[in-house]
Amino acid sequence: MQDVWKTYQDGSHALRGISVQIDKDEFVYLVGPSGAGKSTFMKLIYREEVPTKGQIFVSGFNIGKLKQRKIPFVRRNIGVVFQDFRLLPKLTAYENVAFAMEVIEAPKKVIKRRVPEVLELVGLKHKMGSLPAQLSGGEQQRIAIARAIVNNPSVIVADEPTGNLDPETSWGIMKLLEEINFRGTTIVMATHNKDIVNSMRKRVIAIEQGLIVRDEARGEYGYDF
Amino acid sequence: MIFNSLSRHVREGSKSIFRNGWMSFASISTIVISLFILGVFMLLSLNVNEMTKQIDNKVQIRVYMKLDATQEQKELVATDIGNMSEVSKVIPISKEEGMKLLEKNLGEDGKELLNGYTKDTNPLPDSFTVEVYDPATIGIVAKKISAINDTNSAKPLWKVNYGKGTVDTLLKVTATVRNFGLVIVAGLAVTAMFLISNTIKVTIMARQRELSIMKLVGATNSFIRGPFFVEGALLGIVGSLITVGLLFYGYQQLVTNFELGLQMVKLIPLQDAWLLVGSTLVGLGILIGAWGSTISIRKFLKV
Repeated sequence: MQDVWKTYQDGSHALRGISVQIDKDEFVYLVGPSGAGKSTFMKLIYREEVPTKGQIFVSGFNIGKLKQRKIPFVRRNIGVVFQDFRLLPKLTAYENVAFAMEVIEAPKKVIKRRVPEVLELVGLKHKMGSLPAQLSGGEQQRIAIARAIVNNPSVIVADEPTGNLDPETSWGIMKLLEEINFRGTTIVMATHNKDIVNSMRKRVIAIEQGLIVRDEARGEYGYDF
Repeated sequence: MIFNSLSRHVREGSKSIFRNGWMSFASISTIVISLFILGVFMLLSLNVNEMTKQIDNKVQIRVYMKLDATQEQKELVATDIGNMSEVSKVIPISKEEGMKLLEKNLGEDGKELLNGYTKDTNPLPDSFTVEVYDPATIGIVAKKISAINDTNSAKPLWKVNYGKGTVDTLLKVTATVRNFGLVIVAGLAVTAMFLISNTIKVTIMARQRELSIMKLVGATNSFIRGPFFVEGALLGIVGSLITVGLLFYGYQQLVTNFELGLQMVKLIPLQDAWLLVGSTLVGLGILIGAWGSTISIRKFLKV
């Protein structure tokens, strides 16, 4: 990211000149108070938003100048995980993950092979016929992660993935994300979870009022909330 | 791969029609009504066109002699007309032949009417039927024939008649029918499109979450559009097929049961009209449906 500004239509500046480089294979925590611009930062990566000023490159694509019809192909390279999971309630665990492959028109054969593989990785192969409502929060988030990685993205963007989970379950999710990171996927994770940041030491980028105030290689959470 | 997506679009699209039951019903009804009216106008103008053509071909001038015209005068007039370059044929019709023609035209009911007339009391004048090469010149020829009276002191002609009025009226009717129909059909088509786009909007709203996930994992816009396009097109197809069914059934009834009695008015048989009318209606139905769904999804796809 080079000198990125994001001004919303109401005139508020969500980001006010941010420059940062996140390398391949990195695991980055994004911390900071609510409303500091963390979510905007993430949305810019998967092009939910476009920068008002400045340039963003994600795996070689200039996100700000991307043509409308190329957006889908960049997104296939980015997996997104949310705090509220965002699974489709009427589909089973298997179908939820397969859905992500179906809509990018992957061949049926490949889907049949790949989905169980990914479910195994997140440790839920035995629950692939369950509906989201029959799964615990942690299990649902694992399914969501499985959906995010099923198309082999090079970047995972996770917006408070443990926000709705108890500490123990959160820990399991973190282990899973770390495992995925070891396999070569860049992870950018926004979080408010002090314990996690302080015990699983990774790079920490702190954003306050739209500016980067801290960027440490093996940083601490650094806030009291 | 492409086939897989296509079958998925068709599956999703048709499911959605049943899920939005009443909205789908309303859209289909509007399509049926607008296309039905269009179909009626199409059949009407086809028939009027055909009639115009038939009459055009038969365009003739009838020249009636005065009752007291002599044989000599008759021959003179016949040669004069025959010498005109536009005229292809001059057929003399004597008063006896005229009577027979009249009897034939009036049919059974007319027989009584003509009972009192014998050979000597025949009130009809001798006449000629004049045919021309080009129907467009008929007005000029008729005038020329009338002019014979001006040069001939005996003024042997009583009346010169030709079908110009009928032809003109028919052409005017065709044009009116066509314009009037177009306006109504255009209005109804827009209504149908609007209703369809609303139906599709309901589907979109119900599946917002699914669609946002689709976008997030990188489904292309055309892929997302697929099922909605199919839904719209299917509504159009169903609507137009119902219309075609109703219209053709009704028309067939009309052709077989509704004898107009007059020989001049003859409806075009269904087998001559179904292909043109049917394909136009179905094509238009699909167009309305697909277009309606495209408008509603376009807004949504702008990120």
